[in-house]
Amino acid sequence: MSSNTSRYSWGADEHLVVQLAESMSLDANFRAMAMSSELGERQVPGIIDICPSNASLLVRFDPDQLAPADLETMVREVEARVAVSSSPKISTRIFEVPVWYGDPFTVETGARFRDRHQRPEGDDLEFAAIENGLDGPAAFIKAHADSPWITSMVGFVAGLPFLFQMVPQERQLEVPKYVRPRTDTPKQTIGHGGCFTAIYSVRGAGGYQMFGITPVPIFDPEQKLRDFKDFMIFFRPGDIVKFRSIDEVEYYAILSEVEAGTYRYRQAPVEFVLNEFHEDPDKYNATLLEALYGN
Amino acid sequence: MGIEIIEPGLATSIQDQGRPGYYSVGIPPSGALDLYSAALANVLVGNLPAMAVIEATYMGPKLRFTTPTVIAVTGAQIPVQINGQEIPQWESVSVNADDVLTFGILQAGARFYVAVAGGITVPEILGSRSTYALGAFGGFEGRSLKSGDLLPVGMESGPVGRIITSEWRPEFPREIDVRVVLGLYDYRLTDVGLSALLDKPWKLSPVADRIGFRYSGQKLEWRDRVQPFGAGSDPSNIVDAGYPVGSIQVPGGVEPIILHRDAVSGGGYAMVATVISADMSLVGQCAPGTMTNFKPVTLDEALAARGIGQQRLRTVQAKWS
Repeated sequence: MSSNTSRYSWGADEHLVVQLAESMSLDANFRAMAMSSELGERQVPGIIDICPSNASLLVRFDPDQLAPADLETMVREVEARVAVSSSPKISTRIFEVPVWYGDPFTVETGARFRDRHQRPEGDDLEFAAIENGLDGPAAFIKAHADSPWITSMVGFVAGLPFLFQMVPQERQLEVPKYVRPRTDTPKQTIGHGGCFTAIYSVRGAGGYQMFGITPVPIFDPEQKLRDFKDFMIFFRPGDIVKFRSIDEVEYYAILSEVEAGTYRYRQAPVEFVLNEFHEDPDKYNATLLEALYGN
Repeated sequence: MGIEIIEPGLATSIQDQGRPGYYSVGIPPSGALDLYSAALANVLVGNLPAMAVIEATYMGPKLRFTTPTVIAVTGAQIPVQINGQEIPQWESVSVNADDVLTFGILQAGARFYVAVAGGITVPEILGSRSTYALGAFGGFEGRSLKSGDLLPVGMESGPVGRIITSEWRPEFPREIDVRVVLGLYDYRLTDVGLSALLDKPWKLSPVADRIGFRYSGQKLEWRDRVQPFGAGSDPSNIVDAGYPVGSIQVPGGVEPIILHRDAVSGGGYAMVATVISADMSLVGQCAPGTMTNFKPVTLDEALAARGIGQQRLRTVQAKWS
């Protein structure tokens, strides 16, 4: 946990990269998020972007306004302050993402690119169940949808969240990526690679296993839905997500609400306290879900 | 007032000096890949340097002006014609309504810029008119130009006969040095791997677009390790992290990729160096086949080079203010 395990490095003259840990963990991610929010609050002229990622922090800056050495001093100071915090917490929100698991769109796409997959027979959900020693797709879907996930990073392309499952490491779902990436993935696909679930914000290339699709946009450049009134991107680092399995009928019902512009995310503000989570993750998650769904 | 796209060329889009400030949610800076040439195209027609211009790649579009205006073409070397008559690059020229702008065969470089008096006045999104095609917003309808598009432009008049002389124009040699600052995850390479990156030239492959430039050459060797949790199994994999613009990643240890201004903002491949800001326009002007030597410099040298580049732009601009 001490700051001497982190690595500071320059991405030439416009970026500082702080590698907090080589492995993914909620602790490393939490430090990245806490440093990001502390640095952001200082509103330093010359800092252009503060990008927390899974286990690292990227700062894009203008060296004409802010000398690199001054930036490094400041970030090291922020890291030290975050390290001594006895009870790291973030103010965030929890919301629900409805998913049609095993939908025909991602299944068809998966079939089209089967030659790039490690298992030619079956589909990605079946493969993921086998990889995790689970008894078929239904058991995998339950494991995926039952526990909440935290947004450990937003990026790759506009608005794409990386989600880390909020369960002890031995219970985290892990699935290798495709052997060779696909050139196509439907928009709003729920994908998974390594220990991360991602939601594809736009149609395009991808290497994650595909489990389903959500009818709800996460990226809306036209800002039609009310949840996008302030910004075209919905996900922020630290957001907590609960997936809910829906069927075809509900998928199309929600889709027509989206198209009518009336859909609202079910959401609630929450405070996430890391130590309390570590004490009893299942109990802590239950209280988070209470905030979302009521008793 | 406008410009009608008769033929779009190969990859033609609207760009300005970029859209900073949204990288943390995956929106890259975008903007012209050769910021210097784009800024000077604007200066020639009397615009502010940051106004939106047309960026064309390898093969030019065919455009018709619907009103009189003043234009200038900068960037890569290419014959430029109005109604079939050759006009000079790096010089502001007046055009009449119904004049047609066409281009010949690219001589050197990769990207050329057409500035119009008053700028291309597509709507600003998040503070910029640059196209971000992956996100499908910005520029003209969030995409590369197509036949039949009608671009709004600012003004019918501007200064004519402004010239930028050859000593201020970029050069486009077939073999170049690109200065990089080593670091990031370069500790993952063996000494042999690092030497392989720096000791021999790399050839730019045809995969060279606004997102990234991919090079072919020797394979790089990584240090052995047990891969950390969440990183993926290949030795070039890391736990997904933010990618600096200009960073060089080496998936699988082969074919390094320099991310450019439409960069994907993060991912799971180790980056081993970053191109200095002063050399990003040089990279942006490379055509496939360009032999490229990565030359390590210190952060201080990168800052000094940045200063020299800025001073050069200011000197040219000052001639016209």
